[in-house]
Amino acid sequence: MGKTVIEKIIGRNMGREVRAGEIVTVNVDWVMVHDIFTPFLAEKFAEMGFEKVWDPDRVVFVYDHMVPASQVDDIRHFRAGDAFAETYGITHVHRSDGICHQLMTEAGYVKPGDVVFGTDSHTTTYGCVGAFSTGVGYTEMASILGTGTLWVKVPETIRVEVEGTLPAGVASKDVILRLLGDLRADGATYQALEFAGSTIEAMSVASRMAMSNMAVECGAKCAVFTPDAKTAAYCGIPLTERETSLAGDPDARYARVIRYRAEELEPVLACPSQVDNIHPVKERLGTPVDQVFIGSCTNGRLEDLQAAARQLKGKKVAPFVKLIVTPASRKVYRDALADGTLAVLAEAGAMITHPGCGLCCGRAGGILSDGERVVATNNRNFLGRMGSSKVEIYLASPATAAATAAAGVISLPEE
Amino acid sequence: MGKIFRFHNDVDTDQIIASQYLLFPTIEEMKSHTFESLDPAFPEKVRPGDFVVAGENFGCGSSREQAPSVLKALGVEAVVAKSFARIFYRNAINIGLPVIVCRELYDEVEDGQEMTLDMQAGTVTAGGKAYACTRLPEKMQEILNQGGLIASLNREGE
Repeated sequence: MGKTVIEKIIGRNMGREVRAGEIVTVNVDWVMVHDIFTPFLAEKFAEMGFEKVWDPDRVVFVYDHMVPASQVDDIRHFRAGDAFAETYGITHVHRSDGICHQLMTEAGYVKPGDVVFGTDSHTTTYGCVGAFSTGVGYTEMASILGTGTLWVKVPETIRVEVEGTLPAGVASKDVILRLLGDLRADGATYQALEFAGSTIEAMSVASRMAMSNMAVECGAKCAVFTPDAKTAAYCGIPLTERETSLAGDPDARYARVIRYRAEELEPVLACPSQVDNIHPVKERLGTPVDQVFIGSCTNGRLEDLQAAARQLKGKKVAPFVKLIVTPASRKVYRDALADGTLAVLAEAGAMITHPGCGLCCGRAGGILSDGERVVATNNRNFLGRMGSSKVEIYLASPATAAATAAAGVISLPEE
Repeated sequence: MGKIFRFHNDVDTDQIIASQYLLFPTIEEMKSHTFESLDPAFPEKVRPGDFVVAGENFGCGSSREQAPSVLKALGVEAVVAKSFARIFYRNAINIGLPVIVCRELYDEVEDGQEMTLDMQAGTVTAGGKAYACTRLPEKMQEILNQGGLIASLNREGE
């Protein structure tokens, strides 16, 4: 019988065939720890009595949630991370280069077929290059740092096939939001998502990232895309059978297969306050907004900023609306500066911030207050996520968000 | 015997403990903000041995281990839900907070009702009725039996 992508990745890691449902102990290729958890990680690692990190060169620390610091206590987290890195010989420490999930692939760490764990639920993102990656807590991360291994259950797979050409104004964000609405917030719990089809093949790696990033919002353990020529170019590796073979076999066993026609998809919103409360943008047109946010590990990449700039070129952000743009990394920031994207956004009246997680996790850089409404490109619209618990958060694609910023009311992207 | 605190479906980790409190240096300082957006009086009302009962997908959202940790620090005996989000589930076991899947209980009990849990038998009892719970995978039960991952690892090292 054939195999799913995730069975192939975990099987390769184990050096033997595995099947969904088996509990196995995998060898970890990379781990990522971000600044929110550095003090707790150091404490747990000490309590466990480990004397060294299994392989310091496989560990990446990223300071992103608290950069630049907004409270004096934030510094404690950087100090704890730096001290741990110094003690155990960890050299991959990114102190202000961007958001962890952007850097893990952009900076050349994660490659197709790798097994990766991170102290953040959106660690599912690296499935965009055909890796198995998922989030863990800090106690579990401390154990991985000591042992280089982790037990996991090989997940069952939901295969999602999208065929055809997306209409103008419809982004990969609209595809994943639609899927979340159909699967619901717990529809893929403990399972893997596997994406395939001509629409997926036509997408850039950046577009795929927005989808693997949000897989956790329907409970998925991971989400995987088969590596292709675009993946290889992005990762800076040659494309060989080793990568292309990470495809679902026709006779693999799937928990479920979901199919979409791209032509039938449209711009959508995740309405307050659940990620699976999905409605077409056209049903909410004219709803006034106080703020628009374009950024995050979901949609802060160059193509996202470019999509926003196309909507805002020659226009101004509506009066009383704040538009906050946060590139996902320093590289994205530089590239958007070089190609004129940031100039268009700044001219339109955007506030452009340093790369980081700030507003998405409600810590800094534009947090909202009672009664305010925001259209945002990030991945969660939970109560209290971006400020007070009486803020209405709508999740959307960068094009929808930018069109909304110009109009001051929820709007469809212009073609 | 403990009291039931009943919550809805899809309780996310921001609702259990909001992100602004994750910066407090200790769980003890965080715990008085547990469920703040849902029931600000929860930390005052809950007593050691009480239970959190919820619907589907309890603990969805972020990877923050502080979510099960604040519940344990407040003395919550166990969380009994129809289903759990996977990171919360693993985190809870790793810190030694029992998380129990019981499909029927949630729809048949009310907030404030009393219940008992028999971990060995795998049953909960409320309103004079016993409910069978789903057993943990062996690997997780071992970790939980030893009081969490740290104790379990330290035991392996002996």
